This record gives sequence, C-alpha cells and structure tokens, in this order.
Amino acid sequence: MTAAPFERALDLITRVRGVRGAMLVSAADGLVVAEHLMEGIKGPAVAALAGSLANRLGRAMEAAGIGRSVFWHLQGTDGALLVVPAASGILVVAVTDANVNVGLVRLELLGAAGVVG
Amino acid sequence: MTEDIKSLSAQLAQDPMSLVFLRLADLLRQRGQLDAAHRVALSGLERHPHLADAHDLYARILADKGDYERAFDEWDMAVRIAPHHMGALKGLAFLYFKVGDVDQAVVHLETARRHTPDDPGILQALALVRGGQPAKAAGGLGMGPEPQAVSAAAAAPLEDARVFAGLEGAQEGLLLLDAAGRVLGGTLRNPAGEDVTDAVAAYLAGVSQEAARTAKLLGLGTWTGLATEGGQGHVHLAQPTPDALLLVVRDRATPMGRLAIIAQRAAHAARRWLEQQG
Repeated sequence: MTAAPFERALDLITRVRGVRGAMLVSAADGLVVAEHLMEGIKGPAVAALAGSLANRLGRAMEAAGIGRSVFWHLQGTDGALLVVPAASGILVVAVTDANVNVGLVRLELLGAAGVVG
Repeated sequence: MTEDIKSLSAQLAQDPMSLVFLRLADLLRQRGQLDAAHRVALSGLERHPHLADAHDLYARILADKGDYERAFDEWDMAVRIAPHHMGALKGLAFLYFKVGDVDQAVVHLETARRHTPDDPGILQALALVRGGQPAKAAGGLGMGPEPQAVSAAAAAPLEDARVFAGLEGAQEGLLLLDAAGRVLGGTLRNPAGEDVTDAVAAYLAGVSQEAARTAKLLGLGTWTGLATEGGQGHVHLAQPTPDALLLVVRDRATPMGRLAIIAQRAAHAARRWLEQQG
C-alpha cells in the first residue's frame, strides 16, 4: 500500500475536534508507520508505549478468553489515548483531549483500520 | 398522532437503519406506550450503538418506567459519546438530584448552561435545585413531576455489597492485583469455566506503571481508567491505589459506560478493603 491512503485515514481522524494527533504503529515492534501529530508529541515514544500496552492487554485478554481487542481507551485526567488494532497487526492510535467525542473518534479509528487492512 | 406513529412505523419497516426510530420511540413515550417505546428504542440502539441521541432517548424511556439505575447508565453512556449532550446532562442532573446529590446535579446543569446559556429550562432547574424544590426542578429539566415513591434501590448506592464480595473471591469477574501482578482478591474464569486468574494477573503485571508512563509522556494527566472492547467481552482496568490494579470483566452485553461505573464502584470498595487490610 502507498503512503497516500494512510495519510488520508489519519487526516480524517485528526479532523475530529479534540484530537491532538493520530498515528499508525506496528504492534510487533512498536515502530511508527505513519503519523499526523501535533507539535510536542513524541511519536516514537508514543508508538513504543502503545505497542507495549497493546501487547500486554492482548495477552491478558486472550488468557481471559475474551478474544482479540477491538478497541481500547486509556483515559487520563487531561486527555486520552484511543487505539484500534487493525487485522494486519498495525495499531491505529489517536491522542485526544479529555472531553473529545469518543464515539466519533472510535468510528474514525475503525474506518482507518479498515483502510490499513 | 396515531397517524404519525403509523407513518413512522412504516418508514422504519422500509428502512430499519433509518434514524426515524428516534421520533417514533419518543412519540410512543409521550403517549405513555412505554413498552412499545422501549422495544423501538432498544432495537434502534442495537443498530446505532454509538449514537448519543439513541442512548438519551432510551434513558428517558427507562426513567419514565422508573428504572433509574439503567437510565443513569444510558445517560452516562450518552455523555461519554458526546460530552455536551444537553438531554443527557439534564437527565443525569435529574437523577443526581433524586438521590440527594445536589452538588453533582449542579455540576451537570452548569455544564449544560455553559453550552446553551439561553435555555430557560436549565436556568430554572439550576435555581430550583439550589433552592431545594425537587418537583419544580424536575419540571424545569423536562422530566415531569417528581414521582411520589422513589424506590430505595434507586436511591441507595448500587451493588456495593456485591462488588465488595467479588473482591473477596466471589465469581464476579473482578480481580484485585498489586503492582507486581500478585492476586490480592477475586478470581477470574474464562467462558469455559476454567480458572485463569494467575495467567491474566501475570500479563497485567506492570500495566499500571506503563499506563502511568504513557499518560505522563502524552500529557494526559493521571490515568483514571483503561477500557478495552474484546470480541467476547469487555474489560476495564482502574487503579484503586497507586500500588494496586483492579480488573473488571463483563460480557459484551454490558455497555462500556456501565462497565466504567461498575469499575468505579469496585475501585472504591477495593480502596476500603485495602485500607482495612493494611
């Protein structure tokens, strides 16, 4: 796949009000595949941490018999990290303000995961 | 109005994905046909699970039926999807007021007022809530008069006893861990009924610290919860104390908003339990 569809998918996510940035991360090694981030957000570090959290959660959920993670949401007092794992092993990640419309971002992340494949 | 209902029902039958269910269910609710309204709203919600208006409408129907606990969950879900949803903010204010939590009622009404400063209903409700006039305040919120009898269950803290029992080992899909992943309370079974407590705990060791690092690095403040949707169920992680991690697991029928509320209550119970132990 070329970079253009990735860019387009990330662009749609960052258009939602309250989204500070979005990126695609390889879940296996925590590396950035593509990013569309506000200045000040450290992409490689976000990727590494998101990848690591996704792996831990994924294993815990498999062990609990809950199956693959479809969406996860780390809520903080000042913002949130929203993640949808795509079938290919890429994580679609959004960093948002605290009062973002989570349902809307989730839909855009799922849409992007469909593009990523 | 009957014709409207027939016409809307026909439209919905032709296009089940249409949002016309919102108008139809609300009309039925206004006519007092609460069971029919309930069916239409629930069916619409199944097709549009992330539509805040659908959760708001469903909550209103549940409130009309006196099911305040589930109404709370639905309004809570609506504001999680759309934080400034007027109907949901008013609904939550109404329910907080009903159980005597005036501060929380005011907080929700103030949030609503900031986004629609000219809504006379909100201004009236704020004045009346602060003045302690429940029947009139309910009217100002568009909820109708205060019912004569509010059930004790609606007014009491919800499920605290059960959640606490879960933390001490009952089969409630609750697990309390320390920072190293050691099990402090509760057990977890997979859908086949096998005990998976230790395996899950091992994978969750260190998640608290990792979530804290992630939140700090991204400027998200203090992490307050980590919710996950899975293919077969939902999970919510919370941090009752800096050295403990609480895991709540429920099947997919439990909405994420409801799960967050269960986790909040479980975290509160866990905190109390940890204080008693320590």
